Amino acid sequence: MSVWEVLRSALRGITANWLRSVLTLLGVLIGVAAVITLTAVGQGSANSITESISSLGANTLTVTSSSANGRGSTTTSQDLTLDVVDALADPDASDDIAAVVPEVSSSATVSAGEASATSTVLGTTTDYFAVTGSDVAQGTAFSQSDYDASRRVAVIGADLADTLFGSEDAVGQSITIGTTPFTVTGVLQTQDTVGGASTNSAVIAPLTRVQDSFTGYGGVSTIVLQATGADTVDGAQADATVVLDALLGTDSSGTASYTISDQAELLETQAETADTFTTLLAAVAGISLLVGGIGVTNIMLVTVTERTREIGIRKALGATRWAVLGQFLAEATALSLLGGLLGVAVALVACSFDISGVDPVVVPSTVGLALAVSVGIGVFFGGFPAHRAAGLRPVLALRHE
Amino acid sequence: MHAATLPQPAARPDHPVLDLRDIEQVYGEGDTAVHALRGVSLTVQRGDYVAVMGPSGSGKSTLMNLLGCLDVPTAGRYLLDGVDVAGLRESALSLVRNRKIGFVFQSFNLIPRMDAAANVELPMVYAGVARRARRERVDAALAMVGLADRAGHRPNELSGGQQQRVAVARALVTSPALVLADEPTGNLDSVSTDDVLTVFDQLSAAGRTIVVITHEDEVAARAKRVVRMRDGLVASDVRSVRVGDLPPALLRQQAAR
Repeated sequence: MSVWEVLRSALRGITANWLRSVLTLLGVLIGVAAVITLTAVGQGSANSITESISSLGANTLTVTSSSANGRGSTTTSQDLTLDVVDALADPDASDDIAAVVPEVSSSATVSAGEASATSTVLGTTTDYFAVTGSDVAQGTAFSQSDYDASRRVAVIGADLADTLFGSEDAVGQSITIGTTPFTVTGVLQTQDTVGGASTNSAVIAPLTRVQDSFTGYGGVSTIVLQATGADTVDGAQADATVVLDALLGTDSSGTASYTISDQAELLETQAETADTFTTLLAAVAGISLLVGGIGVTNIMLVTVTERTREIGIRKALGATRWAVLGQFLAEATALSLLGGLLGVAVALVACSFDISGVDPVVVPSTVGLALAVSVGIGVFFGGFPAHRAAGLRPVLALRHE
Repeated sequence: MHAATLPQPAARPDHPVLDLRDIEQVYGEGDTAVHALRGVSLTVQRGDYVAVMGPSGSGKSTLMNLLGCLDVPTAGRYLLDGVDVAGLRESALSLVRNRKIGFVFQSFNLIPRMDAAANVELPMVYAGVARRARRERVDAALAMVGLADRAGHRPNELSGGQQQRVAVARALVTSPALVLADEPTGNLDSVSTDDVLTVFDQLSAAGRTIVVITHEDEVAARAKRVVRMRDGLVASDVRSVRVGDLPPALLRQQAAR
């Protein structure tokens, strides 16, 4: 009996009971589609985190004061003064530090006409935009002369612009921060919020002006350091540590009064979390694939039992063990392969859409794996009933009602 | 095997089609053992038409299963068309069933999902006959049982007699050494019974070897030889017509003419 004949009889077996075959197929289909789609969603979200890591600039470090962090409500530190900033910016201090950007922040009510919002007011230097990768979408950033003259100008986040001005152009408009009037010079590009804190609803103004109006002339909240390249981040961190230790020293218990954190590290942790999430999703999907496989086994067992008499007839007519085994194995494999292929098709269609804000990225290996597993399930789980069928003694099989 | 028409059994060396020697069959073990056959010896020559009769429990079904290579005997020798079957493995038995035996069952045993032609074709599929040759032989076999116009019908669209005639066509199509029928008319009305027995008469006239297991005298009367079983032994063996002659029913017709 040729392979072609085996396939033909398998096809006849499948089409003999359409509804049952379709339902079995559906089980495998859902399993395979779930594995591919869920892994793609996981991969998609991991990818977007990776993207925001690279947009953040992997070569930035953030210096914060430990004591400031400890007291919570205080937004400035007495330790991180502008002198510290100058010391870090001194070209003699380090070859690895490319730029130093101090930040002070305060919370204030921002209003324009009737609209108002509470937002973070960030005082910083003109380097801020380049170092943190915050692009100005409309208008311009404030200039060095604005900084030097501590002018009342500000760049606002995209969400804040929307809240205050709606669809109107925000550039050139006047806003009131606290009680001080400012002129909007630019609006920031909308930022991905995956990285944690975003500037979408913040106000960015010259450091000098924010100190004048809000925070006073104490320390700064944070200092962002930019290394000259990705591979000099560690060197920059070491150099900064030397400078900061010299200036700030350690407290009585021996701990430094500042913390240098690598933002990229933070995001990498998040990426790992996303990976774990992906694995979890894949595991759940894998279980559904397994359940689909058990469905195939179940149907094949029912089919074999139901067709015991037919098996007896076939054996009486001279079907060899291999012919019977081949027929049922081919049936199970064809069912699960067909289910698997349709599952891949469904998954590819599903992945062309955004799923809960994530653009799914199909991982080719999962397609191959899911397909292989589904066929494997067909062969393995179909093998048992098929083996049972092939081993039946024709006398007993023929007597079966 | 690959001839386009139904070939007649070729002239082969002069061994019997069936040669059973002291066949015993025991089911179960120890105290519960059932001796279904207690030493049956039987020889059937080529072209013979034998009816095996006997009450329930006489061992005729067991004999039928042994003859059809659906079961192997506990003891004794069984030569089917010169081949010792007792020592064969399962795969070899499949081949023997396929090449040497054509089955006709009491309950027809057609596969319900397949039409008449596909059912008749099935043994040739397992024999590995090329598709075109299969088609031709299916047509010839169905024509022989008078059902050429029913080739595309499924079993549930056919009457009992028609189904049994399809089954006979299926048994014939590989031109086996032996046509083995187990109560072929047990589920049929008298008209259908006569249809099927007429086909058997024609087969016998064409030189086929036929063994029919039955408990109906009407069926046994059409055979050339009647073997009666009782308690696992052959009780009587009566021949009414010589092996080479036409079966009794056709002989009578000939005489009447």
